[in-house]
Amino acid sequence: MLHIVNKSPLERNALDSCLAAAQQGAAVLLIEDGVYAATRGHAAEGKLQAALSRLEIYVLTPDLEARGMAQSLAEGVKPVDYAGFVELVVKHKNCQSWL
Amino acid sequence: MPIEVNGKSYETDEEGYLVNLAEWDEDIGKALAEGENIEMTPQHWEVVNFLRDYYNEFQIAPAVRVLTKSIGKKLGPEKGNSQYLYELFPYGPAKQACKIAGLPKPTGCI
Amino acid sequence: MSEGQVKKIMYVNRKAPYGTIYALESLEVVLIAAAFDQDVSLAFMDDGVYQLKKGHQTKGIEVKNFQPTYRALDDYDINKLYVEKEALEARGLSEEDMCVPVEVMSAAEIGKLMEEQDVLLSF
Repeated sequence: MLHIVNKSPLERNALDSCLAAAQQGAAVLLIEDGVYAATRGHAAEGKLQAALSRLEIYVLTPDLEARGMAQSLAEGVKPVDYAGFVELVVKHKNCQSWL
Repeated sequence: MPIEVNGKSYETDEEGYLVNLAEWDEDIGKALAEGENIEMTPQHWEVVNFLRDYYNEFQIAPAVRVLTKSIGKKLGPEKGNSQYLYELFPYGPAKQACKIAGLPKPTGCI
Repeated sequence: MSEGQVKKIMYVNRKAPYGTIYALESLEVVLIAAAFDQDVSLAFMDDGVYQLKKGHQTKGIEVKNFQPTYRALDDYDINKLYVEKEALEARGLSEEDMCVPVEVMSAAEIGKLMEEQDVLLSF
């Protein structure tokens, strides 16, 4: 399944809650303020790298670019555009948004 | 449109539901029933009072399906069926009986 | 939704009750959608567990207390209520603080149930 996180990990617990519930092999897409989690040097980098061993993690590029973070994408996180976003939604059986 | 009962005026919404359910009394119920062309009998009051009790306990007016089932449990199967309830309230038991009971329109009632 | 096709639908509630409208909106959608006779479950995670904390008294804030309505869910044949164990613990709460019968389980267990759903509605 696909999990979507749109909140900054330093403001809200959405990412933590998502990572606690997500099952092995699930996909996580970071959008809006959620993209900050996927930037180098961020406090969340450690847990994100740990999560990469069991989850596929994607980030929405336009949201990263809008925030001036396009050059800081953390390793192992896969960038997608809006078409890629749609593909992810179509590909997975269901989707949970961690609002 | 406000309704007049015993010389006092009570506010209703655009569909005729009483705005402040705390104002409700039996005379207001009768006046609301008149607007629905329903003459209240003890059987009508039984359903209306059931709805008011349900609302007091759960803070919602039940959906028709739930109303039917709950009435069946409390008042017996001969009353807990939609035929009986529609005979009393031809335009929908939830909708009409709720209006007469002074309750808001039931959630999910389209 | 076509007739006779029962879908598994989970409502995921993660917000405290009165600070935002999420909790009430979720409850209203649950009640409305109950007419469709689907396989419904409710998950309460994070601050969402506060929605079920017994004893809401809302007179002072002049907002409708919708807690009694959770007790009507059983009339609507909705009786799968899952509450996140870690969320309760982090808030000094336990199963006894809940206003309706619930099943307490870990976030990972709720995550597993999420995988089985046809539809997840997030609040």
